[in-house]
Amino acid sequence: MSSPTDRIEKRILLRASPSRVWRALSNADEFGTWFLTKFDGPFVEGTTVRGHSLYPGYEHISGDWMIVRMEAERYLAFRWHPYAIDMTVDYSTEPTTLVEFTLTAAGEDTILTVVESGFDRLPAGRRDEAFRMNDGGWAEQMRNIEQHVTAA
Amino acid sequence: MFAALGDTTRLGVVARLCAEGPLSIARLSDGAGVSRQAITKHLHTLAGAGLVRDVRLGREHFWELDPRRLDIARRELDQIAERWDAALGRLKRFVEAPR
Repeated sequence: MSSPTDRIEKRILLRASPSRVWRALSNADEFGTWFLTKFDGPFVEGTTVRGHSLYPGYEHISGDWMIVRMEAERYLAFRWHPYAIDMTVDYSTEPTTLVEFTLTAAGEDTILTVVESGFDRLPAGRRDEAFRMNDGGWAEQMRNIEQHVTAA
Repeated sequence: MFAALGDTTRLGVVARLCAEGPLSIARLSDGAGVSRQAITKHLHTLAGAGLVRDVRLGREHFWELDPRRLDIARRELDQIAERWDAALGRLKRFVEAPR
């Protein structure tokens, strides 16, 4: 039984053919253009490729992407470490989440589904730590500090 | 912590505590169709994950939901979901751009 905190699912209609969408997913350079990541090499099934974030504020972050499966114009799956944003920590032995893209033709367009699953297997501390490091976490930290100083 | 929710009985316990508020072990095991011993074990697993806590009301012993962990987990997932929304928005503009 899957718990409510284990997976994320997203679906979007793209006004582009499955072959166009497949290129944007399977070609590491194209993927990196919209995902804001620079990859050291191509996506090849069964291999690991290093990705360097180009996301504003996260440019110091890089991580390994394990390309699990590629089925042309239909399915792409990879594994990664979703909260691996502290570059002083070795995440390689920790569980990963699985990201799956599924393409379905809809006339000349494409319905793309993304599922990321496996969050429940991540160490609790990792989720807390990553959460503290992002905006929501900082807002909470600020409230904690506020409570702390007003209580003093 | 989240593995603690990956069990039908435990999910049921969390759902009941959520809907009915603090409950005794006797009440929880009545509804779940399992022994008090089994419920106690599940409660300790959930407590170990910070999802429930025991409270004493007078002479009685109750278990209640500790919602903070669940709230945090849900907010985290919401944030990752928002990042996916933004990424898919960029993908949409990218593949739909006139070439």
